[in-house]
Amino acid sequence: MIKIEAILQPSKLDAVKDALLEAGIEGMTILEARGHGRQKGHTEFYRGREYTVDLLPKVKIELVVTDEMKEKTIQAIIGAARTGRIGDGKIFVSPVAEAIRIRNDERGETAL
Amino acid sequence: MCRRGMKLLLLLALLGTPALALAVAPNLNPDPSAPATQAQIAALQQAISNQQAATASAQSAGDNSWMLTSAALVLLMTGPGLALFYGGLVRKKNILGTMMQSFAMMCLVTILWAIAGYSLAFGHGNAFVGGFEHLFLRGVGVTPNLDYAATIPEQTIMIYQLMFAIITPALISGAFAERMKFSAMAVFLSLWSLFVYCPMAHMVWGVGGLLNSSNIHAAFPSFDFAGGTVVHITSGVSALVTCLYLGKRIGYPQTNMPPHSMVLSFIGACLLWVGWFGFNAGSALAASPLATSAFVNTHFATAAAALGWTVAEWIHNGKPTALGAISGAVAGLVAITPASGFVQPMSALAIGLIAGVICSFMVFEVKSRLGYDDSLDAFGVHGAGGTVGALLTGIFAASVINPVFKDAAGNPLPSGAIDGHWGQMLNQLAGVGIAWSISIVGTLVLLFVVDKVMGLRVSAEDEAAGLDLSQHGEEGYDFNT
Repeated sequence: MIKIEAILQPSKLDAVKDALLEAGIEGMTILEARGHGRQKGHTEFYRGREYTVDLLPKVKIELVVTDEMKEKTIQAIIGAARTGRIGDGKIFVSPVAEAIRIRNDERGETAL
Repeated sequence: MCRRGMKLLLLLALLGTPALALAVAPNLNPDPSAPATQAQIAALQQAISNQQAATASAQSAGDNSWMLTSAALVLLMTGPGLALFYGGLVRKKNILGTMMQSFAMMCLVTILWAIAGYSLAFGHGNAFVGGFEHLFLRGVGVTPNLDYAATIPEQTIMIYQLMFAIITPALISGAFAERMKFSAMAVFLSLWSLFVYCPMAHMVWGVGGLLNSSNIHAAFPSFDFAGGTVVHITSGVSALVTCLYLGKRIGYPQTNMPPHSMVLSFIGACLLWVGWFGFNAGSALAASPLATSAFVNTHFATAAAALGWTVAEWIHNGKPTALGAISGAVAGLVAITPASGFVQPMSALAIGLIAGVICSFMVFEVKSRLGYDDSLDAFGVHGAGGTVGALLTGIFAASVINPVFKDAAGNPLPSGAIDGHWGQMLNQLAGVGIAWSISIVGTLVLLFVVDKVMGLRVSAEDEAAGLDLSQHGEEGYDFNT
Protein backbone atom coordinates (compact mmCIF):
# COMPACT_ATOMS: atom_id res chain seq x y z
CA MET A 1 0.00 0.00 0.00
CA ILE A 2 1.22 3.49 -0.72
CA LYS A 3 0.19 6.95 0.33
CA ILE A 4 -0.20 9.60 -2.33
CA GLU A 5 -0.16 13.23 -1.19
CA ALA A 6 -1.03 15.80 -3.82
CA ILE A 7 -0.78 19.54 -3.23
CA LEU A 8 -2.95 21.35 -5.72
CA GLN A 9 -4.39 24.69 -6.72
CA PRO A 10 -7.77 25.06 -4.95
CA SER A 11 -9.48 25.74 -8.28
CA LYS A 12 -8.46 22.24 -9.51
CA LEU A 13 -10.00 20.34 -6.61
CA ASP A 14 -13.30 19.50 -8.29
CA ALA A 15 -11.65 18.32 -11.51
CA VAL A 16 -9.21 16.10 -9.63
CA LYS A 17 -11.94 14.59 -7.42
CA ASP A 18 -14.00 13.74 -10.49
CA ALA A 19 -10.97 12.20 -12.22
CA LEU A 20 -10.20 10.05 -9.17
CA LEU A 21 -13.77 8.81 -8.92
CA GLU A 22 -13.68 7.93 -12.58
CA ALA A 23 -10.47 5.98 -11.99
CA GLY A 24 -12.24 3.92 -9.35
CA ILE A 25 -10.81 5.51 -6.22
CA GLU A 26 -13.41 6.30 -3.63
CA GLY A 27 -11.62 7.16 -0.41
CA MET A 28 -9.70 10.38 0.06
CA THR A 29 -8.94 13.06 2.65
CA ILE A 30 -8.93 16.70 1.66
CA LEU A 31 -7.14 19.38 3.65
CA GLU A 32 -6.92 23.14 3.22
CA ALA A 33 -3.32 24.21 3.27
CA ARG A 34 -1.13 27.20 2.60
CA GLY A 35 2.26 27.26 1.02
CA HIS A 36 4.35 27.88 -2.03
CA GLY A 37 7.11 26.34 -4.11
CA ARG A 38 8.73 28.48 -6.74
CA GLN A 39 5.50 30.36 -7.27
CA LYS A 40 5.79 33.94 -6.04
CA GLY A 41 3.10 35.39 -3.80
CA HIS A 42 0.89 38.35 -4.54
CA THR A 43 1.06 41.90 -3.23
CA GLU A 44 -1.57 43.42 -1.00
CA PHE A 45 -1.91 46.91 0.40
CA TYR A 46 -2.42 47.88 4.00
CA ARG A 47 -2.51 51.55 4.93
CA GLY A 48 -0.62 52.58 1.83
CA ARG A 49 2.17 50.10 2.30
CA GLU A 50 2.70 47.24 -0.11
CA TYR A 51 3.50 43.83 1.28
CA THR A 52 3.90 40.37 -0.20
CA VAL A 53 1.67 37.52 0.84
CA ASP A 54 3.68 34.38 0.09
CA LEU A 55 1.58 31.84 1.95
CA LEU A 56 -0.84 31.03 -0.81
CA PRO A 57 -4.00 28.95 -0.39
CA LYS A 58 -3.58 25.34 -1.53
CA VAL A 59 -5.53 22.12 -1.32
CA LYS A 60 -3.93 18.85 -0.26
CA ILE A 61 -5.44 15.46 -1.15
CA GLU A 62 -4.29 12.36 0.70
CA LEU A 63 -5.01 8.90 -0.67
CA VAL A 64 -3.90 5.44 0.35
CA VAL A 65 -4.12 2.99 -2.53
CA THR A 66 -2.83 -0.46 -3.47
CA ASP A 67 0.55 -0.72 -5.26
CA GLU A 68 -1.25 -1.72 -8.47
CA MET A 69 -3.37 1.44 -8.46
CA LYS A 70 -0.38 3.76 -8.00
CA GLU A 71 0.26 4.82 -11.60
CA LYS A 72 -3.42 5.04 -12.50
CA THR A 73 -4.05 7.33 -9.52
CA ILE A 74 -1.07 9.56 -10.30
CA GLN A 75 -2.10 9.89 -13.94
CA ALA A 76 -5.67 10.76 -12.94
CA ILE A 77 -4.42 13.56 -10.71
CA ILE A 78 -1.93 14.95 -13.20
CA GLY A 79 -4.41 14.81 -16.05
CA ALA A 80 -6.95 16.90 -14.15
CA ALA A 81 -4.58 19.30 -12.39
CA ARG A 82 -1.94 20.18 -14.95
CA THR A 83 -2.02 23.63 -16.56
CA GLY A 84 1.63 23.84 -17.52
CA ARG A 85 2.31 26.92 -15.36
CA ILE A 86 4.29 27.34 -12.17
CA GLY A 87 1.98 26.64 -9.22
CA ASP A 88 0.38 23.44 -10.54
CA GLY A 89 1.56 21.61 -7.44
CA LYS A 90 3.36 18.43 -6.43
CA ILE A 91 2.68 14.76 -5.71
CA PHE A 92 4.54 12.76 -3.06
CA VAL A 93 4.44 9.00 -2.69
CA SER A 94 5.35 7.11 0.47
CA PRO A 95 4.89 3.53 1.72
CA VAL A 96 2.12 2.74 4.23
CA ALA A 97 2.80 0.17 6.97
CA GLU A 98 -0.76 -0.75 7.90
CA ALA A 99 -4.37 0.08 7.13
CA ILE A 100 -7.29 -0.75 9.45
CA ARG A 101 -11.03 -0.28 9.02
CA ILE A 102 -12.37 0.97 12.30
CA ARG A 103 -15.89 -0.40 11.81
CA ASN A 104 -14.99 -4.08 11.59
CA ASP A 105 -11.25 -4.39 12.21
CA GLU A 106 -10.40 -5.42 8.64
CA ARG A 107 -6.73 -5.07 7.92
CA GLY A 108 -4.52 -4.76 4.86
CA GLU A 109 -5.62 -4.01 1.34
CA THR A 110 -9.23 -4.98 2.00
CA ALA A 111 -9.41 -2.10 4.47
CA LEU A 112 -8.69 0.47 1.73
CA MET B 1 -104.66 118.09 3.70
CA CYS B 2 -102.40 115.95 1.27
CA ARG B 3 -99.36 118.16 1.84
CA ARG B 4 -99.67 117.77 5.61
CA GLY B 5 -99.88 113.97 5.15
CA MET B 6 -96.83 113.92 2.92
CA LYS B 7 -94.82 115.94 5.47
CA LEU B 8 -95.92 113.51 8.20
CA LEU B 9 -94.88 110.49 6.12
CA LEU B 10 -91.52 112.05 5.38
CA LEU B 11 -91.00 112.79 9.06
CA LEU B 12 -91.88 109.21 9.96
CA ALA B 13 -89.51 107.88 7.31
CA LEU B 14 -86.72 110.12 8.48
CA LEU B 15 -87.16 109.05 12.06
CA GLY B 16 -87.97 105.46 11.37
CA THR B 17 -85.07 104.46 9.15
CA PRO B 18 -82.30 104.86 11.69
CA ALA B 19 -84.48 103.25 14.34
CA LEU B 20 -85.02 100.30 12.02
CA ALA B 21 -81.30 100.11 11.28
CA LEU B 22 -80.47 100.03 14.95
CA ALA B 23 -82.93 97.28 15.58
CA VAL B 24 -81.46 94.70 13.07
CA ALA B 25 -77.68 95.57 12.99
CA PRO B 26 -75.11 93.94 15.44
CA ASN B 27 -74.03 95.86 18.43
CA LEU B 28 -70.70 97.20 17.11
CA ASN B 29 -69.93 99.00 20.30
CA PRO B 30 -70.74 96.43 22.96
CA ASP B 31 -70.65 97.41 26.51
CA PRO B 32 -67.37 95.87 27.84
CA SER B 33 -68.69 95.38 31.31
CA ALA B 34 -71.67 93.35 30.23
CA PRO B 35 -71.53 89.79 31.59
CA ALA B 36 -72.08 88.17 28.19
CA THR B 37 -69.08 89.98 26.73
CA GLN B 38 -66.90 89.07 29.71
CA ALA B 39 -67.73 85.43 29.26
CA GLN B 40 -66.92 85.59 25.57
CA ILE B 41 -63.53 87.16 26.25
CA ALA B 42 -62.71 84.60 28.89
CA ALA B 43 -63.62 81.78 26.55
CA LEU B 44 -61.43 83.19 23.78
CA GLN B 45 -58.51 83.61 26.18
CA GLN B 46 -58.86 80.00 27.30
CA ALA B 47 -58.97 78.79 23.71
CA ILE B 48 -55.79 80.71 22.84
CA SER B 49 -54.09 79.33 25.92
CA ASN B 50 -55.12 75.78 25.01
CA GLN B 51 -53.86 76.30 21.48
CA GLN B 52 -50.50 77.54 22.73
CA ALA B 53 -50.19 74.58 25.08
CA ALA B 54 -51.04 72.19 22.27
CA THR B 55 -48.47 73.78 19.98
CA ALA B 56 -45.79 73.66 22.66
CA SER B 57 -46.67 70.06 23.35
CA ALA B 58 -46.40 69.18 19.67
CA GLN B 59 -43.08 70.99 19.42
CA SER B 60 -41.80 69.13 22.46
CA ALA B 61 -43.02 65.83 21.10
CA GLY B 62 -41.24 66.43 17.80
CA ASP B 63 -38.02 67.57 19.46
CA ASN B 64 -37.98 64.85 22.10
CA SER B 65 -38.67 62.04 19.67
CA TRP B 66 -35.83 63.16 17.41
CA MET B 67 -33.49 63.57 20.40
CA LEU B 68 -34.24 60.15 21.85
CA THR B 69 -33.76 58.62 18.40
CA SER B 70 -30.48 60.48 18.06
CA ALA B 71 -29.31 59.19 21.43
CA ALA B 72 -30.00 55.64 20.26
CA LEU B 73 -28.16 56.30 16.98
CA VAL B 74 -25.09 57.57 18.82
CA LEU B 75 -25.03 54.50 21.06
CA LEU B 76 -25.24 52.37 17.92
CA MET B 77 -22.05 54.09 16.77
CA THR B 78 -20.17 52.54 19.70
CA GLY B 79 -21.95 49.23 19.85
CA PRO B 80 -21.65 47.63 17.41
CA GLY B 81 -20.36 50.34 15.03
CA LEU B 82 -16.95 51.06 16.55
CA ALA B 83 -16.65 47.56 18.02
CA LEU B 84 -16.95 46.05 14.54
CA PHE B 85 -14.89 48.72 12.79
CA TYR B 86 -11.96 48.27 15.16
CA GLY B 87 -12.60 44.56 15.62
CA GLY B 88 -12.20 43.77 11.96
CA LEU B 89 -8.94 45.68 11.76
CA VAL B 90 -7.09 43.67 14.41
CA ARG B 91 -5.74 40.14 14.18
CA LYS B 92 -8.20 37.30 14.72
CA LYS B 93 -6.83 36.45 18.16
CA ASN B 94 -7.76 39.91 19.47
CA ILE B 95 -11.30 40.35 18.12
CA LEU B 96 -13.15 39.86 21.41
CA GLY B 97 -10.61 41.86 23.38
CA THR B 98 -11.07 44.77 21.00
CA MET B 99 -14.86 44.64 21.06
CA MET B 100 -14.86 44.34 24.83
CA GLN B 101 -12.98 47.63 25.08
CA SER B 102 -15.90 49.44 23.42
CA PHE B 103 -18.50 47.45 25.32
CA ALA B 104 -16.80 48.15 28.64
CA MET B 105 -17.14 51.87 27.95
CA MET B 106 -20.86 51.46 27.26
CA CYS B 107 -21.21 50.05 30.76
CA LEU B 108 -18.61 51.90 32.84
CA VAL B 109 -19.06 55.40 31.46
CA THR B 110 -22.82 55.10 31.96
CA ILE B 111 -22.37 54.52 35.69
CA LEU B 112 -19.80 57.27 36.03
CA TRP B 113 -21.93 59.72 34.04
CA ALA B 114 -24.96 59.02 36.17
CA ILE B 115 -23.03 59.49 39.39
CA ALA B 116 -20.84 62.48 38.55
CA GLY B 117 -20.05 62.87 34.87
CA TYR B 118 -23.17 64.75 33.81
CA SER B 119 -22.76 67.13 36.71
CA LEU B 120 -19.09 67.77 35.95
CA ALA B 121 -19.79 68.42 32.29
CA PHE B 122 -23.12 70.22 32.30
CA GLY B 123 -23.64 71.52 35.82
CA HIS B 124 -22.97 75.05 36.92
CA GLY B 125 -19.35 75.47 37.92
CA ASN B 126 -16.71 77.73 36.50
CA ALA B 127 -15.40 78.32 33.01
CA PHE B 128 -13.42 75.05 33.06
CA VAL B 129 -15.55 72.41 34.73
CA GLY B 130 -19.05 71.98 36.10
CA GLY B 131 -19.84 71.43 39.75
CA PHE B 132 -21.50 68.78 41.85
CA GLU B 133 -25.05 70.14 41.84
CA HIS B 134 -26.29 67.15 39.82
CA LEU B 135 -24.37 64.42 41.63
CA PHE B 136 -26.41 61.20 41.30
CA LEU B 137 -28.51 63.14 38.79
CA ARG B 138 -30.11 65.17 41.56
CA GLY B 139 -32.45 67.70 40.02
CA VAL B 140 -32.27 66.14 36.58
CA GLY B 141 -35.83 65.18 35.76
CA VAL B 142 -38.26 65.67 32.95
CA THR B 143 -38.46 69.46 33.30
CA PRO B 144 -36.49 71.22 30.58
CA ASN B 145 -33.21 72.84 31.56
CA LEU B 146 -33.42 76.25 29.95
CA ASP B 147 -29.62 76.60 29.89
CA TYR B 148 -29.59 73.93 27.16
CA ALA B 149 -32.97 73.30 25.54
CA ALA B 150 -36.42 74.61 26.34
CA THR B 151 -38.56 71.98 24.64
CA ILE B 152 -37.10 68.68 25.88
CA PRO B 153 -36.70 67.10 29.30
CA GLU B 154 -33.30 67.55 30.91
CA GLN B 155 -33.00 63.75 31.13
CA THR B 156 -33.08 63.66 27.34
CA ILE B 157 -30.08 66.01 27.24
CA MET B 158 -28.38 63.89 29.89
CA ILE B 159 -28.89 60.57 28.10
CA TYR B 160 -27.97 62.05 24.71
CA GLN B 161 -24.73 63.50 26.00
CA LEU B 162 -23.97 60.23 27.80
CA MET B 163 -23.68 58.50 24.42
CA PHE B 164 -20.99 61.02 23.44
CA ALA B 165 -19.18 60.40 26.70
CA ILE B 166 -19.27 56.67 25.94
CA ILE B 167 -17.80 56.77 22.45
CA THR B 168 -14.99 59.22 23.17
CA PRO B 169 -12.83 56.97 25.38
CA ALA B 170 -13.77 53.98 23.22
CA LEU B 171 -12.12 55.73 20.26
CA ILE B 172 -8.81 55.87 22.11
CA SER B 173 -8.69 52.06 22.23
CA GLY B 174 -7.71 52.14 18.56
CA ALA B 175 -4.24 53.33 19.47
CA PHE B 176 -3.44 50.71 22.08
CA ALA B 177 -5.08 47.83 20.25
CA GLU B 178 -3.82 44.32 20.85
CA ARG B 179 -1.59 45.17 23.80
CA MET B 180 -3.36 46.70 26.80
CA LYS B 181 -4.62 44.83 29.84
CA PHE B 182 -8.40 44.83 30.14
CA SER B 183 -8.29 45.82 33.82
CA ALA B 184 -5.85 48.66 33.25
CA MET B 185 -7.85 49.86 30.24
CA ALA B 186 -11.02 49.96 32.31
CA VAL B 187 -9.39 52.02 35.05
CA PHE B 188 -7.46 54.32 32.70
CA LEU B 189 -10.40 55.14 30.44
CA SER B 190 -12.80 55.61 33.36
CA LEU B 191 -10.47 58.17 34.91
CA TRP B 192 -9.90 59.76 31.49
CA SER B 193 -13.63 60.16 31.04
CA LEU B 194 -13.93 62.10 34.31
CA PHE B 195 -10.73 64.14 34.20
CA VAL B 196 -10.27 64.91 30.49
CA TYR B 197 -13.64 64.45 28.78
CA CYS B 198 -15.90 66.14 31.34
CA PRO B 199 -13.89 69.38 31.63
CA MET B 200 -13.52 69.64 27.85
CA ALA B 201 -17.24 69.02 27.37
CA HIS B 202 -17.97 71.68 29.95
CA MET B 203 -15.70 74.24 28.34
CA VAL B 204 -17.32 73.84 24.93
CA TRP B 205 -20.94 73.00 25.75
CA GLY B 206 -21.47 73.61 29.45
CA VAL B 207 -23.13 76.68 30.94
CA GLY B 208 -20.43 79.30 31.47
CA GLY B 209 -17.86 77.33 29.48
CA LEU B 210 -14.70 79.12 28.38
CA LEU B 211 -15.14 78.05 24.75
CA ASN B 212 -18.93 77.91 24.60
CA SER B 213 -20.12 79.98 21.64
CA SER B 214 -23.57 80.39 23.23
CA ASN B 215 -21.99 81.90 26.32
CA ILE B 216 -21.83 85.66 25.81
CA HIS B 217 -19.11 85.89 28.44
CA ALA B 218 -16.98 83.17 26.91
CA ALA B 219 -13.34 84.16 26.56
CA PHE B 220 -12.95 82.23 23.30
CA PRO B 221 -16.37 81.44 21.80
CA SER B 222 -15.39 78.59 19.54
CA PHE B 223 -17.65 76.79 17.08
CA ASP B 224 -17.88 73.09 17.83
CA PHE B 225 -21.34 71.87 16.97
CA ALA B 226 -21.12 68.19 17.81
CA GLY B 227 -17.70 67.67 19.33
CA GLY B 228 -14.80 67.98 16.89
CA THR B 229 -12.65 69.22 19.75
CA VAL B 230 -14.48 67.59 22.66
CA VAL B 231 -14.64 64.10 21.18
CA HIS B 232 -12.24 63.74 18.27
CA ILE B 233 -9.26 65.91 19.13
CA THR B 234 -9.23 64.72 22.74
CA SER B 235 -9.53 61.06 21.82
CA GLY B 236 -7.16 61.29 18.87
CA VAL B 237 -4.40 63.17 20.66
CA SER B 238 -4.81 61.01 23.78
CA ALA B 239 -4.50 58.03 21.47
CA LEU B 240 -1.19 59.32 20.12
CA VAL B 241 0.14 59.93 23.63
CA THR B 242 -0.96 56.44 24.71
CA CYS B 243 0.60 54.61 21.79
CA LEU B 244 3.87 56.49 22.28
CA TYR B 245 3.87 55.69 26.01
CA LEU B 246 2.98 52.02 25.57
CA GLY B 247 5.30 51.38 22.67
CA LYS B 248 4.77 49.37 19.54
CA ARG B 249 3.21 45.97 19.22
CA ILE B 250 5.74 43.14 19.26
CA GLY B 251 6.89 42.62 15.69
CA TYR B 252 5.70 45.99 14.39
CA PRO B 253 6.49 47.11 11.71
CA GLN B 254 8.43 44.15 10.31
CA THR B 255 5.60 41.66 10.74
CA ASN B 256 2.56 42.22 8.64
CA MET B 257 -0.56 42.68 10.72
CA PRO B 258 -3.35 43.15 8.21
CA PRO B 259 -7.02 43.26 9.23
CA HIS B 260 -8.43 39.80 9.87
CA SER B 261 -11.88 40.81 8.61
CA MET B 262 -12.44 43.79 6.36
CA VAL B 263 -16.05 42.60 6.20
CA LEU B 264 -16.62 43.40 9.88
CA SER B 265 -14.84 46.73 9.54
CA PHE B 266 -16.98 47.62 6.55
CA ILE B 267 -20.20 46.88 8.44
CA GLY B 268 -18.89 48.88 11.40
CA ALA B 269 -18.03 51.85 9.21
CA CYS B 270 -21.49 51.94 7.64
CA LEU B 271 -23.08 51.81 11.09
CA LEU B 272 -20.85 54.72 12.07
CA TRP B 273 -22.02 56.71 9.01
CA VAL B 274 -25.70 56.19 9.76
CA GLY B 275 -25.28 56.64 13.51
CA TRP B 276 -23.42 59.88 12.98
CA PHE B 277 -26.65 61.51 11.82
CA GLY B 278 -27.70 61.25 15.46
CA PHE B 279 -24.30 62.56 16.56
CA ASN B 280 -24.36 65.68 14.37
CA ALA B 281 -27.99 66.41 13.53
CA GLY B 282 -29.01 65.56 17.09
CA SER B 283 -26.65 68.23 18.37
CA ALA B 284 -29.25 70.75 17.22
CA LEU B 285 -31.11 69.57 20.36
CA ALA B 286 -34.36 69.93 18.43
CA ALA B 287 -36.13 68.60 15.34
CA SER B 288 -35.40 71.88 13.66
CA PRO B 289 -34.18 73.29 10.33
CA LEU B 290 -30.72 73.40 11.95
CA ALA B 291 -30.92 69.64 12.43
CA THR B 292 -31.63 69.34 8.72
CA SER B 293 -28.59 71.47 7.90
CA ALA B 294 -26.40 69.31 10.12
CA PHE B 295 -27.82 66.11 8.61
CA VAL B 296 -27.17 67.25 5.05
CA ASN B 297 -23.69 68.53 5.86
CA THR B 298 -22.78 65.28 7.59
CA HIS B 299 -23.75 63.17 4.63
CA PHE B 300 -22.11 65.39 2.02
CA ALA B 301 -18.80 65.67 3.86
CA THR B 302 -18.59 61.91 4.38
CA ALA B 303 -19.14 61.10 0.74
CA ALA B 304 -16.61 63.69 -0.40
CA ALA B 305 -14.01 62.50 2.11
CA ALA B 306 -14.38 58.84 1.13
CA LEU B 307 -13.83 59.82 -2.48
CA GLY B 308 -10.90 62.05 -1.58
CA TRP B 309 -9.09 59.30 0.31
CA THR B 310 -9.92 56.72 -2.37
CA VAL B 311 -8.55 58.87 -5.19
CA ALA B 312 -5.46 59.79 -3.17
CA GLU B 313 -4.81 56.12 -2.50
CA TRP B 314 -5.49 55.11 -6.10
CA ILE B 315 -2.79 57.53 -7.17
CA HIS B 316 -0.43 56.54 -4.35
CA ASN B 317 -0.80 52.74 -4.59
CA GLY B 318 -2.39 52.07 -7.92
CA LYS B 319 -5.46 50.43 -6.36
CA PRO B 320 -8.39 51.82 -4.31
CA THR B 321 -8.76 49.70 -1.20
CA ALA B 322 -11.94 49.13 0.80
CA LEU B 323 -10.04 50.07 3.95
CA GLY B 324 -9.10 53.39 2.38
CA ALA B 325 -12.65 54.11 1.33
CA ILE B 326 -14.17 53.44 4.74
CA SER B 327 -11.35 55.27 6.52
CA GLY B 328 -11.95 58.25 4.26
CA ALA B 329 -15.62 58.18 5.18
CA VAL B 330 -14.78 58.19 8.89
CA ALA B 331 -12.32 61.04 8.37
CA GLY B 332 -15.07 63.07 6.71
CA LEU B 333 -17.48 62.31 9.52
CA VAL B 334 -14.90 63.47 12.04
CA ALA B 335 -14.04 66.67 10.19
CA ILE B 336 -17.66 67.74 9.65
CA THR B 337 -18.51 67.13 13.31
CA PRO B 338 -17.56 70.59 14.57
CA ALA B 339 -18.83 72.26 11.39
CA SER B 340 -22.10 70.41 10.85
CA GLY B 341 -24.45 73.04 12.30
CA PHE B 342 -22.55 76.06 11.04
CA VAL B 343 -21.72 75.63 7.37
CA GLN B 344 -23.48 75.45 4.04
CA PRO B 345 -23.77 72.21 2.07
CA MET B 346 -21.16 73.13 -0.55
CA SER B 347 -18.74 74.00 2.26
CA ALA B 348 -19.41 70.57 3.73
CA LEU B 349 -18.31 68.96 0.46
CA ALA B 350 -15.11 70.99 0.57
CA ILE B 351 -14.45 70.16 4.22
CA GLY B 352 -14.93 66.46 3.51
CA LEU B 353 -12.65 66.43 0.50
CA ILE B 354 -9.88 68.29 2.31
CA ALA B 355 -10.11 66.05 5.38
CA GLY B 356 -10.12 62.86 3.30
CA VAL B 357 -6.93 63.83 1.53
CA ILE B 358 -5.11 65.19 4.59
CA CYS B 359 -5.97 62.22 6.81
CA SER B 360 -4.88 59.76 4.12
CA PHE B 361 -1.55 61.58 3.99
CA MET B 362 -1.26 61.39 7.79
CA VAL B 363 -1.75 57.64 7.67
CA PHE B 364 0.29 56.77 4.58
CA GLU B 365 3.24 59.06 4.98
CA VAL B 366 3.48 60.67 8.40
CA LYS B 367 2.80 57.52 10.42
CA SER B 368 5.26 55.34 8.55
CA ARG B 369 7.96 57.99 8.53
CA LEU B 370 7.66 58.78 12.23
CA GLY B 371 7.23 55.12 13.10
CA TYR B 372 4.63 55.26 15.88
CA ASP B 373 2.26 52.31 16.20
CA ASP B 374 -1.14 53.99 16.21
CA SER B 375 -2.57 50.60 15.44
CA LEU B 376 -6.01 51.57 14.15
CA ASP B 377 -5.20 55.16 13.16
CA ALA B 378 -7.10 56.81 15.98
CA PHE B 379 -4.77 59.81 15.79
CA GLY B 380 -4.48 59.87 12.02
CA VAL B 381 -8.25 59.97 11.55
CA HIS B 382 -9.71 61.45 14.73
CA GLY B 383 -6.88 63.62 16.00
CA ALA B 384 -5.90 64.99 12.62
CA GLY B 385 -9.44 65.03 11.21
CA GLY B 386 -10.79 66.77 14.28
CA THR B 387 -8.09 69.44 14.14
CA VAL B 388 -8.60 70.04 10.42
CA GLY B 389 -12.37 70.16 10.90
CA ALA B 390 -12.23 72.56 13.82
CA LEU B 391 -10.05 74.97 11.86
CA LEU B 392 -12.12 74.70 8.69
CA THR B 393 -15.21 75.45 10.78
CA GLY B 394 -13.72 78.85 11.53
CA ILE B 395 -13.40 79.44 7.82
CA PHE B 396 -16.73 78.16 6.58
CA ALA B 397 -19.12 79.06 9.43
CA ALA B 398 -21.93 81.14 7.96
CA SER B 399 -24.45 83.11 10.02
CA VAL B 400 -27.09 82.40 7.38
CA ILE B 401 -27.09 78.80 8.64
CA ASN B 402 -26.67 79.44 12.35
CA PRO B 403 -26.62 83.01 13.63
CA VAL B 404 -24.59 82.48 16.78
CA PHE B 405 -23.33 86.02 17.29
CA LYS B 406 -25.88 88.78 17.47
CA ASP B 407 -25.70 92.50 18.03
CA ALA B 408 -27.63 94.46 20.69
CA ALA B 409 -30.69 94.66 18.46
CA GLY B 410 -30.67 90.91 17.83
CA ASN B 411 -29.40 91.07 14.26
CA PRO B 412 -26.98 88.33 13.21
CA LEU B 413 -23.30 89.16 13.11
CA PRO B 414 -20.69 87.44 10.88
CA SER B 415 -19.81 83.94 12.04
CA GLY B 416 -16.69 82.69 10.27
CA ALA B 417 -14.17 83.84 7.72
CA ILE B 418 -16.59 83.23 4.88
CA ASP B 419 -18.76 85.97 6.42
CA GLY B 420 -15.73 88.19 6.85
CA HIS B 421 -15.05 87.36 10.50
CA TRP B 422 -11.47 86.10 10.26
CA GLY B 423 -11.05 86.67 13.99
CA GLN B 424 -13.05 83.51 14.57
CA MET B 425 -9.94 81.55 13.58
CA LEU B 426 -8.32 82.69 16.83
CA ASN B 427 -11.22 81.26 18.81
CA GLN B 428 -11.01 78.01 16.87
CA LEU B 429 -7.27 77.86 17.55
CA ALA B 430 -7.97 78.39 21.23
CA GLY B 431 -10.38 75.47 21.24
CA VAL B 432 -7.95 73.26 19.34
CA GLY B 433 -5.04 74.31 21.56
CA ILE B 434 -6.93 73.64 24.77
CA ALA B 435 -8.10 70.25 23.49
CA TRP B 436 -4.54 69.24 22.57
CA SER B 437 -3.13 70.47 25.88
CA ILE B 438 -5.67 68.90 28.19
CA SER B 439 -5.37 65.64 26.28
CA ILE B 440 -1.59 65.49 26.40
CA VAL B 441 -1.25 66.49 30.04
CA GLY B 442 -4.26 64.59 31.34
CA THR B 443 -3.46 61.41 29.45
CA LEU B 444 0.21 61.38 30.44
CA VAL B 445 -0.61 61.81 34.13
CA LEU B 446 -3.28 59.10 34.07
CA LEU B 447 -1.13 56.67 32.08
CA PHE B 448 1.71 57.13 34.53
CA VAL B 449 -0.48 56.64 37.58
CA VAL B 450 -2.32 53.57 36.28
CA ASP B 451 0.91 52.03 35.00
CA LYS B 452 2.54 52.40 38.41
CA VAL B 453 -0.47 50.97 40.24
CA MET B 454 -1.32 48.03 38.01
CA GLY B 455 0.75 47.99 34.82
CA LEU B 456 -0.80 48.87 31.49
CA ARG B 457 0.64 46.49 28.96
CA VAL B 458 0.06 42.75 28.67
CA SER B 459 3.06 40.45 28.96
CA ALA B 460 4.82 39.31 25.80
CA GLU B 461 3.32 35.80 26.12
CA ASP B 462 -0.18 37.21 26.53
CA GLU B 463 0.33 39.49 23.56
CA ALA B 464 1.41 36.50 21.45
CA ALA B 465 -1.51 34.37 22.64
CA GLY B 466 -3.92 37.20 21.93
CA LEU B 467 -6.23 39.25 24.12
CA ASP B 468 -9.20 36.90 23.64
CA LEU B 469 -7.44 34.05 25.39
CA SER B 470 -5.22 35.98 27.78
CA GLN B 471 -7.70 38.61 28.98
CA HIS B 472 -11.04 36.90 28.53
CA GLY B 473 -10.37 33.16 28.37
CA GLU B 474 -12.42 32.95 25.20
CA GLU B 475 -12.00 32.51 21.50
CA GLY B 476 -13.70 34.87 19.13
CA TYR B 477 -14.05 32.30 16.38
CA ASP B 478 -14.27 28.58 16.90
CA PHE B 479 -15.06 27.08 13.53
CA ASN B 480 -14.19 23.59 14.70
CA THR B 481 -17.32 23.15 16.81
